[in-house]
Amino acid sequence: MRINITDRDRAFRKEVRGFIRERLPKNVRDKVRDGSLLAREEVVGWMRALSERGWICPNWPEEAGGPGWTPAQKFIFEEESYAACAPGPVPFGPQMVGPVLLAFGTEAQKARHLPGILSSEVIWCQAYSEPNSGSDLASLKCRAVRDGDHYVVNGRKVWTTNADWADWCFALVRTDSSGKKQDGISVLLIDMNLPGVSVRPIERFSRMSDFNEIVLDDVRVPVSERIYHEGKGWTCAKYLLGHERSGTAGIGLCRQRLDRLEEIDDGREPDFSRRIAKTGAALEDLRWSYLRMVASKEADDEIGPEASLLKIRGTEIQQDVMALLMEAQGYFAHPFIERALDQGWNEPPIGPREAAGATAFYFDWRKASIYGGSNEIQRNIIAKAVLGL
Amino acid sequence: MDFDYSEDQKLLQESMQRFVRENYSFEARRALVATEQGYSDAHWTRFAELGWLGIPFPEEYGGLGMSGVETMVVMEAIGSGLVAEPYLSTVILGGGAVSAAGSDAQKDEILPAIAEGRCKLAFAFAERQARYNLQDVEMRAVAENGNYRLSGTKSVVFGAPTADRFVVSARTGGGSRDAAGITLFLVAADAPGLSVRSYPTADGLRAGEVMLDNTPAEGVLGEVDSALTTIEEVVDRAIAAVAAEAVGLMGALNDMTLEYLKTREQFGQPIGRFQVLQHRMVDMFIAHEEAKSMAMMAAMRIDEDDPGVRKKAMSATKVQIGKSARFIGQQSIQLHGGIGMTDEYAAGHYFKRLTMIDRSFGDSDYHLRRYAAL
Repeated sequence: MRINITDRDRAFRKEVRGFIRERLPKNVRDKVRDGSLLAREEVVGWMRALSERGWICPNWPEEAGGPGWTPAQKFIFEEESYAACAPGPVPFGPQMVGPVLLAFGTEAQKARHLPGILSSEVIWCQAYSEPNSGSDLASLKCRAVRDGDHYVVNGRKVWTTNADWADWCFALVRTDSSGKKQDGISVLLIDMNLPGVSVRPIERFSRMSDFNEIVLDDVRVPVSERIYHEGKGWTCAKYLLGHERSGTAGIGLCRQRLDRLEEIDDGREPDFSRRIAKTGAALEDLRWSYLRMVASKEADDEIGPEASLLKIRGTEIQQDVMALLMEAQGYFAHPFIERALDQGWNEPPIGPREAAGATAFYFDWRKASIYGGSNEIQRNIIAKAVLGL
Repeated sequence: MDFDYSEDQKLLQESMQRFVRENYSFEARRALVATEQGYSDAHWTRFAELGWLGIPFPEEYGGLGMSGVETMVVMEAIGSGLVAEPYLSTVILGGGAVSAAGSDAQKDEILPAIAEGRCKLAFAFAERQARYNLQDVEMRAVAENGNYRLSGTKSVVFGAPTADRFVVSARTGGGSRDAAGITLFLVAADAPGLSVRSYPTADGLRAGEVMLDNTPAEGVLGEVDSALTTIEEVVDRAIAAVAAEAVGLMGALNDMTLEYLKTREQFGQPIGRFQVLQHRMVDMFIAHEEAKSMAMMAAMRIDEDDPGVRKKAMSATKVQIGKSARFIGQQSIQLHGGIGMTDEYAAGHYFKRLTMIDRSFGDSDYHLRRYAAL
């Protein structure tokens, strides 16, 4: 065992830093730093800059258009992106649809969809949850009935982030309800412009950007847009779950926010400084757990279910960091001018500049222990798949 | 020891609860806080008619002369319905300051006006650099021909946008963090040089930055240079009040979360059958009971003569309320899942008010420090 940071890694870090410095617009960086909301074109603009450099799909194999990075390089890239306050790309194309297509798609499907993801010309969203299928995702009911060369899709999908920005969506639908609930699920790629697709914003109590409900009303989806076999979509969903485990648990985001906290902490309240330090130590632990369990693996190694702990601890630490940022504002956690989070709000802030976003982020980040498989579900995974309970 | 309400207290509780039931459906509240003013004048008039605006004031000043227990009853109901009227800023904070330090003439002029719903107050005590430190005061007051003129900014003044008068802490002597040299002033909202930058707060209520520029005070409230003890007493009264409000908020959150656990089905059964969620709900129940005990203790100790005993009790209360509020607030969202994150569901709104209570009148770090120092 040894800490092995190679010259190549160091050079890579410098290269990433230089690229971001050169290409990231200053106003976008400032918005990310202050926790303001970004417009679609600002996020997509940054995605296209990454696309041009060939860095938008770090997890794809080189021959498919990935940059051929080692896990350590992926980690360095994310750390540097957050440290420089670059916006996070909309993840659904590069991190979810792409890998599923690469694993299960036909050549024709890959040729149709991968280039748009690689160039960031096409933005994707993911339609999984339904009003009555949350943690029990396999009970989903959104129906797809075969009609010649098409499926006719009817149902409702909820909590779909970025559906209002997306051109295409990756949906789990039910093609058969006769057997076990996991059987009879299929994956369809749905063009959001098809007749019968409507998107309704669902406001969040944090008043941060909305998530959405997608209503599918007699939407005719070509059979050629079904990924893998009919009724075997659960296999793809499980594959994705495994893929998500290699995510970095928000380490870069936490580091960025903790850096900001350390900057604004004037040391007048030793108890508060101590809590920042405590969270910093927990983050350092998470970072090394990530390096041990994920980043030290070779590209083809399977990431085991124990990596669910990264999601659990990652989101817990993210929520702690958000709470500290809000608490740092003292009474200025109260003022809440909704427009202050928007584009182009130019009035002087009430209290410190980041106060407006700090409270909203604290509330909004409660979502982190719910989405992507709630932390209760993640603990079930460890109990069953790791501990054999 | 007697933890039961008297007949009169029960009647007060029933009338408050009826008011909340009839006027504060979640939808009605949502519409109300979305209006420009953020609360209802008609509700305020009703409060006056029912005597609620004079509960803590002596009977000779038009009040009901009731104790901290009656205030607790009112505030718990305010919490249970997320009531948006500026009761805390007018009756507890502003009225509390006048009641504690005002001359007979000042009390005679102001307290009946509050009780009758004719006058709203706001207590401007916080400043940007001060965080929760009550004696960190930089607002300047300069004597001039027997009166004072004030200059400076007070931050996050609850109820400021619709206040008729302000109670303002300002420095008449000493350095910016000295205990001595602080004086309370009454300042009319329409006084020259006074301006308010109004805004909604995260919990849907209203507050503002109050800027004074050589603004004449109406008068001094209490003794010159020695207002800190009054400020501490008034803020302690606010702590007892928001503790009760928080108990009402937590009760509402626990009720809706328990109902959700019993009715939401996943994996072919109500999610309340899962032991991990049962235990979580039990811990939420415990947190609520703990908060109740502390709110009751605070209600009984707030009229304590010995400031040391009172301060220690209020600091302990604030710490426990904060702990219970964070746990119940966060877990009620967690147990609801996605629906709990939406604006159209009530839980988030209760969570926001609980969180803002935690961010008011000293947070847990502040009160642990004060408790240890006493």
